Amino acid sequence: MNLTQTTSATRHPELPRVPVRRVLAKYGIYIAFAVLFAILSFSSPSFLSVQNILNVLRQTSLNGIIAVGMTFVIITGGIDLSVGAIVAVAAVLATSYAHPGAYPIVVPVLMGLVFGALAGFINGFTIAKGNIAPFIVTLGMMTIVRGTALVYTGGRPIIGLTDQYKWIGGGYWLGIPAPVYFFLLAVLIGHFLLAYTKFGRHVYAIGGNEQAARVSGVKVHRIIIAVYTLAGLFAGFAGVVLSSRVMTGSPVAGLGYELDAIAAVVIGGTSLSGGVGSIPGTIVGALIIGFMSNGLDLLNVSSYYQQIVKGMIIIVAVLVDQKNKQVK
Amino acid sequence: MVEAAVAGNEPFLLEMRDITKSFPGVQALRSVGLKVAKGSVHALIGENGAGKSTLMKVLIGMYRADAGEILFRGRKVAILDPGEALRLGISMIHQELNPIPGMTIAENLFVGREPTFPLLGVVNRSLMNRNTVQWFKEIGLDIDPTTKVAALNVAERQMLEIVKAISCNADLIIMDEPTSAITGREVEKLFGIIRTLTAKGKSVIYISHKIDELYQISDVITVLRDGQYIGTRPTAELDRQTLISMMVGREISNLFPKEDVALGPVVLEVQGLCQSDKVKDISFTLRQGEILGISGLMGAGRTEMVETLFGLRKASRGTIRIHGEAVKLGSPNAAIAHRLALVSEDRKLYGLNLKDSVKNNVTLVNLAQYCLGGIVRQGLEKSVCAAQIERFNIRTYSQAQIANTLSGGNQQKVVIAKWILTDPDIIILDEPTRGIDVAAKAEIHRIIVALAKEGKAILLISSELPEIMGMSDRVLVLHEGRLTGEFAREDLDQESIMMCATGQEQRSQVQ
Repeated sequence: MNLTQTTSATRHPELPRVPVRRVLAKYGIYIAFAVLFAILSFSSPSFLSVQNILNVLRQTSLNGIIAVGMTFVIITGGIDLSVGAIVAVAAVLATSYAHPGAYPIVVPVLMGLVFGALAGFINGFTIAKGNIAPFIVTLGMMTIVRGTALVYTGGRPIIGLTDQYKWIGGGYWLGIPAPVYFFLLAVLIGHFLLAYTKFGRHVYAIGGNEQAARVSGVKVHRIIIAVYTLAGLFAGFAGVVLSSRVMTGSPVAGLGYELDAIAAVVIGGTSLSGGVGSIPGTIVGALIIGFMSNGLDLLNVSSYYQQIVKGMIIIVAVLVDQKNKQVK
Repeated sequence: MVEAAVAGNEPFLLEMRDITKSFPGVQALRSVGLKVAKGSVHALIGENGAGKSTLMKVLIGMYRADAGEILFRGRKVAILDPGEALRLGISMIHQELNPIPGMTIAENLFVGREPTFPLLGVVNRSLMNRNTVQWFKEIGLDIDPTTKVAALNVAERQMLEIVKAISCNADLIIMDEPTSAITGREVEKLFGIIRTLTAKGKSVIYISHKIDELYQISDVITVLRDGQYIGTRPTAELDRQTLISMMVGREISNLFPKEDVALGPVVLEVQGLCQSDKVKDISFTLRQGEILGISGLMGAGRTEMVETLFGLRKASRGTIRIHGEAVKLGSPNAAIAHRLALVSEDRKLYGLNLKDSVKNNVTLVNLAQYCLGGIVRQGLEKSVCAAQIERFNIRTYSQAQIANTLSGGNQQKVVIAKWILTDPDIIILDEPTRGIDVAAKAEIHRIIVALAKEGKAILLISSELPEIMGMSDRVLVLHEGRLTGEFAREDLDQESIMMCATGQEQRSQVQ
């Protein structure tokens, strides 16, 4: 829809062309989301119910939390393929400490967070110090971590969790699902770090021009390590939330989650070549994916077709983004 | 061609007439002519930025001339792209060679024109290999065509490029600084090949800074200066002193805003600095308020020297003292901590984050000063940036404007503004006015003078002699990594500097 609006603007010479395009370039993704939301509201009566919206938000939370971490990684010009596997290892580690009568609730949660962060740290350290492509390092880490989860559990899911633990993913507060609050927390932390701190500035500087950043005294290695650690931490947290939600610590959880996270980040306008992007964009990217599949569910479109649609959205979003950039 | 000869004209293989070319803000070529005779080696010489490369790029169709005409084999031609030039028989061997390393010699030679069997497009390897061996034999080399190019050294890759030119039936081969990366014996070999080529009636345009080589290999020398044609002489009739005056003999106008500043104590003392084979045993001092110019031709090691000072390259030997204290500058961070600033030669590579805003670029080095517990104080940052934009007259519609969309001069001012914010004691400016228009140049010159008046010590690298001479208190000249000359401001003289820069003369002067 971005495209059609742009072309209609060019057909009317009296319209101020550049501002319209600039607005589209900057806010196109938000407009796209609003239009999608409007269309779904009209086409399915049950879409706009509070219950349904909360449902979608809860489903989106997991991908959203992972995508916040992924946004940092992609802005540095990197990629993290290991987050889905980290979800699984965090899930099984956390749940194995969450049996009734064993440990206080903080122990399993910390387990998930610490191991997620540790895996991320190893990613970052190897990428920065070993000077190896992030794709390769995180691809290897994906397999290593997945294998670790399988070894740790012997391939069997972990069940029998405390009610407290189950609340993290399944509970409600003030009528809103708990994961939504955690998503919100992740977003606030992520946005704060990226937009308001020196660390965030350095993340953009590295992605925009790593050499120039180095000449300007940015400690490139340290920032890279921090970014992957952060991505691991968020993925570990998502693993805790997921295992709680499904009341199981499964070593095969989170399969393909890395791709959903990357999709959300990219749809949200973050450039895979680095240097450009934002957390608000990523939120909208995740919401577009969430609401789109929910809407298609409600419209009785089979999940097979949904995959096709999702793929097309990713490509179109990037295509429109490219076109908009050329306008400048 | 025959007709032309009969008509009594000299049978030039190539004639370029009145070639004019301008880029935004820069007149690169003004009505330049060049005539190359068949079977000759025609040298093209001039300072950096004299227009040699631009002229050659016009010839092979990488640039379109604004005016002028090209005659090849006596016929007027319009060359629109390098492919067209190659079909006509003009081939250029670039300074930076880029073969495909994973492919064999034969495969590289045939890229894009692989011979195939009639059916299915299967590549005829044996034919490829046979032709390759044949072509190499023509220049007296015996090679295995199935050797991977990755295994070849620079000299061998250059031979490969030459053979590629021959294989395309090129009659005119342009060599851009062919000896910049090869050594004595390989140079001899290259010259042997060039002589073989000319004996077969092929012509060579030979671009080089190395005057000794020109006298060894060329038949005719054409000199360009500031985009203008200065003259063409047979090499045998041109002595070195005359050649140098042709290269530099311009009027030095006193357009530079240089002011005399009382010099303070020595800030920087470099002794015996070496960096692999790029920088050889360089020693100098720099005083507060002084502008020390560093002159030299391309590849003289100037950039390598300042990058070593800034910790971007590892010094292999030598000591650096700042305010009398020996320091180790192993990284940009260490250099910044010792109050050094580097406005680098390549602002797109080392200077700017083109994808980010003016504000974020300006405050990047110094960000910690505008932070409270790691959080950027945005109001403070904006006011600091606004002050820099005003001070350096950066033309931008907002602090949020993306650096990529600024003009070259304004980009350079952003880089300077960024470094001045760190309040450095020593400022290294590497080609600060390259590629920017005249007005922006003058502004940057004024900024440099103002900084010197504030008591900053400045190292100014420039390939433009007038800039060096107009701005510096003292000038160092480098040639192939060595210090070959030192001049006080009152002794500056273009020809003497050029003699040192080309390694014809050594001169040291105690200040």
